[in-house]
Amino acid sequence: MCIDCGCNSHPGSAHQHDQHGHHHDGGTSRTIRIEEDLLAKNNRLAASNRARFRAVKILALNLVSSPGSGKTSLLERTLSDLAGRITFAVLEGDLQTTNDADRIAATGVPVKQLNTGAGCHLDAHMVGHGVEAFDLEATDILMIENVGNLVCPAAFDLGEDHKIVVLSVTEGEDKPLKYPQMFQAADLVLINKIDLLPYLQFNLEQCKEFTRQVNPLVEIIELSCHSGEGLATWYDWLSREFIRKRA
Amino acid sequence: MHELSLTQNIVELAVQYANRNNAVAIRSITVEIGALSGVVADAVAFAFDVCSKGTMAEGARLDIRRIAGVGRCLRCLRESQLEALTHVCPLCGSLALETMQGQEMKFTEMEVD
Ligand SMILES: Nc1nc2c(ncn2[C@@H]2O[C@H](COP(=O)(O)OP(=O)(O)O)[C@@H](O)[C@H]2O)c(=O)[nH]1
Ligand SMILES: [Mg+2]
Ligand SMILES: [Zn+2]
Repeated sequence: MCIDCGCNSHPGSAHQHDQHGHHHDGGTSRTIRIEEDLLAKNNRLAASNRARFRAVKILALNLVSSPGSGKTSLLERTLSDLAGRITFAVLEGDLQTTNDADRIAATGVPVKQLNTGAGCHLDAHMVGHGVEAFDLEATDILMIENVGNLVCPAAFDLGEDHKIVVLSVTEGEDKPLKYPQMFQAADLVLINKIDLLPYLQFNLEQCKEFTRQVNPLVEIIELSCHSGEGLATWYDWLSREFIRKRA
Repeated sequence: MHELSLTQNIVELAVQYANRNNAVAIRSITVEIGALSGVVADAVAFAFDVCSKGTMAEGARLDIRRIAGVGRCLRCLRESQLEALTHVCPLCGSLALETMQGQEMKFTEMEVD
């Protein structure tokens, strides 16, 4: 059925070493040495997604955050504000509901819900099949909203060009120190809900400092999906990366 | 946190390799889990009993080897041992570390009949 990911095939990337017959107590047992990375299959599928996106020059972005940081809100704002200028498609990772996908569908942008059930992350296999729903040739940017979780999605490459962490100011400025793997994997950190700063103790400069300590090269944009402050900088980032991908 | 899907993966691989090698039973399975992989070894051990039920891997012994985390400091360029999720260079205090070892999750060997 599915040639690309070989849903039912044997693990192809493993090299199998000598298979020698040890004779243990029972006399019949033997040891098989395998050395297969448990993420190898995901990495192989991610590479194939990446090649597909490159072939049609789509910019693919993987949005990660804790639950409630504002990923869906950011997408809603972005899709409406850039309508007519950039053509989007959205993959929505969610544990159970279709609420987020319904919110995106209301903007008129093609969206596909990926229910992960008990899963705590999206993987490259789900994304590879998810994009079959879209006309990739006609798409400029693929937005992937990952499951709200700052641990597991760090380990699963989806074939994206950039991981983007959304961090909201209600979360505490030390998040980058608590989830260094995720902040290290990111190329861009969006600090959201800055409209709330006057009501909170959140130390924005400290948060940016922690982020840079963990990842010296990361870009940081402060914004608010509600007030719209900072969104222009985010849109500039999107256009820049989009043009770079087209070149 | 993704111990369940990971463990399903382990059982799937074990059964595939067992079949390919014409094994009739699986005695033990050895995996390596890095200290920085975000995977809790105990949860894998627990999930293994559930995931292996009704498969050839049911009843097999699961050996989990832990691999220590090793990072290289981007400031002082020295290597040091890293604990899970706390990336501070113990030599110079910098937080910018490149992970050298400890993120892996590997299926390394199995013992079959
Ligand atoms: N004050 C404020 N609230 C926001 C902002 N962005 C999102 N929210 C709220 O945060 C909550 C969670 O947002 P949502 O987009 O569903 O987060 P997600 O779980 O990351 O997709 C909702 O109640 C949003 O209205 C913002 O910029 N400012
Ligand atoms: Mg959401
Ligand atoms: Zn150092």
